[in-house]
Amino acid sequence: MKVKESSFEEVVSAHDVGSVVVNGVIKGDMIIIRADQRDDLGHPLDFHALNAMIRKAVMTDCRRIVLEGVLGQRYVGSAASRVDLKIEVHGTPGNNLGAFLDGSTIEVFGNAQDLTGNTMNSGRIVVHGNAWDVTGLAARGGRILIRGDTGYRVGIHMKEYGGSKPAIVIGGTAKDYLGEYMAGGSVVVLGFGTRSGESPVGHNIGAGMHGGGILVRGTVSHHQLGRGAVFGEVTEDDTQKLEELITDFEDAFKMEVPRDWRAFSKVCPNTYRPFSGHYDPTLI
Amino acid sequence: MSDVALSNGTNKGYRLPERFRPIVDDTSCKRCRRCVTECSYRAIDCVGDHIVATDGCVACGRCAAFCPTGSIEIETIPNQFPPHANFTERIRRGIMSQASTGGVLLSSCGTDVEHPVIFDELLLDAAQVTNPSIDPLREEIETITFLGRRSGKLTVSEKDSFSFISEIGPVIAMDMPLMIGHISLGSVSYNVQKALFTAAKELNIVAGSGEGGLHPDFYVYADHINSEIASGRFGVTSGYLNKVAAVEIKIGQGAKPGHGGHLPGEKVTDLISHTRMIPIGTDALSPYPHHDIYSIEDLQQLVSGLKEATEYRVPIGVKIAATHNVAAVSSGIVRAGADFLTIDGFRGGTGSSPRIIRDHAGMPIEVAVAVVDRRLTEEGLRNRVALCAGGSIRSSADMIKCIALGADVVMTCTAVLIAIGCHVCQQCHRGLCSWGIATQKPELTSRVDPGLAAMRVKNLLSAWNEELKEVLGAMGIDSVESLVGNRDRLRHFGANPRIAEIMGVKHVGEGWG
Repeated sequence: MKVKESSFEEVVSAHDVGSVVVNGVIKGDMIIIRADQRDDLGHPLDFHALNAMIRKAVMTDCRRIVLEGVLGQRYVGSAASRVDLKIEVHGTPGNNLGAFLDGSTIEVFGNAQDLTGNTMNSGRIVVHGNAWDVTGLAARGGRILIRGDTGYRVGIHMKEYGGSKPAIVIGGTAKDYLGEYMAGGSVVVLGFGTRSGESPVGHNIGAGMHGGGILVRGTVSHHQLGRGAVFGEVTEDDTQKLEELITDFEDAFKMEVPRDWRAFSKVCPNTYRPFSGHYDPTLI
Repeated sequence: MSDVALSNGTNKGYRLPERFRPIVDDTSCKRCRRCVTECSYRAIDCVGDHIVATDGCVACGRCAAFCPTGSIEIETIPNQFPPHANFTERIRRGIMSQASTGGVLLSSCGTDVEHPVIFDELLLDAAQVTNPSIDPLREEIETITFLGRRSGKLTVSEKDSFSFISEIGPVIAMDMPLMIGHISLGSVSYNVQKALFTAAKELNIVAGSGEGGLHPDFYVYADHINSEIASGRFGVTSGYLNKVAAVEIKIGQGAKPGHGGHLPGEKVTDLISHTRMIPIGTDALSPYPHHDIYSIEDLQQLVSGLKEATEYRVPIGVKIAATHNVAAVSSGIVRAGADFLTIDGFRGGTGSSPRIIRDHAGMPIEVAVAVVDRRLTEEGLRNRVALCAGGSIRSSADMIKCIALGADVVMTCTAVLIAIGCHVCQQCHRGLCSWGIATQKPELTSRVDPGLAAMRVKNLLSAWNEELKEVLGAMGIDSVESLVGNRDRLRHFGANPRIAEIMGVKHVGEGWG
């Protein structure tokens, strides 16, 4: 158990972190942590150690935590709840980035993997690349902005409650089962980079959905819809929502998105009570 | 939900015969109409100057219990169908009802099908002559039980100092090898959950939150609550995760293995909406699988994720329904890093389950816990994990036998609900519970006094723990830990010796030497 640089010692004591080399730098209200540092045996920093350091850093008054050289460590920023905290991730975070996130902001300068924002309650995740499968699983609030593409089952079982309405905006394309089991919130697919003549989304879109809505800029055919999903009309409420989300997206990625509302297809549930009439409660 | 809930398959003239009927003694009846008020199923009414039975009695016994003159008895109406050993009354009623509704038959509580009960075929051992028994009234018998990972190994170094090798995860010390299982707010009322949590705190044991988050009022009990993360992730926030004593990933429930959850919109009241964090009146659907768990590796990921989110402060468990491959799955769960493992047998209760699954899927907890204990022991994993077992633990005898078959902790649900009034009429799914337990209707939920209910649960479980001490004393064992997996203190006295063989229990008559 050795600490190479002492500049970070006050916030991350060697005892708490375990047998890893701590290499952090404090600059004003910002803490920089190198996630690609190695211990004395030459092993890369595992997620236990990295996240322990991040948690220690969160406990200080810092406003920004900058992670340099992230090498696939999982659970980065999980359950972070300080609203004034921003975690910047440079490199490639692993699965479950921002799981159970509850207020903080995470910005990834690279690609995110699977399960980004798993069961997040509030907060914000911005990915300047792709974010793959099951992004936003069971999210109840907050926002996930993805500049590039996403994988399968994105936005699955998202829900909403009170004023808390989660939203996922995908700049590129999404694969099958987008918005599966969705119970609330919004998924927006802007479709940049879609090949001409193709749909920006895959098949079984909105399978089993019973709330919320999916808005796709581009063509979606009937055969791409999952069971329980139907096309809806893009209403004024939808365009207002789109305007707000797209403006946020533009600000986050410094790019322009055309306001061609007629190019959008809306997928919504055919019922909010999918089990109505399914059961027989009779006393046998 | 009134119309559907009160329906009795009566459409189009295909009327099902009644099963129960309240019989009122007209001579002693005071016409106070208390029974009419108490019956939430509208099965008793006042016509003119007489109290008469109408249709829909479920034999919940509320009217009889509250009749001031004891004038009501519930009659079970004899089979109204021509006798047939194969097409039983139950089979024919199911067919007729489904022909009317086209629906999936729903039921609740544990299965009432007459499968053999293995617990009743097991006899306990007792000490005689060579291993003297202990008098629990005069000597201390230890029932403290730990929930969590205990993989530590105590070693004595050459320099005579003690040291622990390997990590010891966070553990919870409970005063008895019992926990109240997962009963969600939604399946039961606020008052009932309050009573269960109060009892758990006062008994220093753990109670399950069930799926559906935790009402902010119950945060005061959080250090005695095992919170459940189910596939719906209802009410699961980082704040909630960081208050509770333990977190349990629910993969399955004994009463409905492989099935998800469905709380109908009618039960999603303001209160439920608040704790589950979903809009009022919407169906709360828990998907069949967790969408982030399709393998043991995925499970490992969620276990680790929860450990990260709770900063390694609380034990993380996994609950599965007892199904035929339970031993292999359990091995994987322990390897995935679970600190405790809960196995729920097929007789376990439910607030609502399709009858087809409740009555026909899964396996008995007696066999499940025995095969899991043996498999984990063979693979050198048993000491890493606390093994919890439930699924119709009806008495301290079941609890003791379950421990001897391999469980560290035994979980009970239906028994504690019976303690606070439940008569097991199996109508929880209709939300009309006349005892105010499995309902969200304010006029019914107010029937449970949380203080009284908590006291009754405390009495029951304390009595079970005393009975456990009596049995341990009679066996000559001074700590419940020494009974865990101690099959030598059981003998099988039943028709099928193969079951005993699978459980690793000797037959009656087989001694040690």
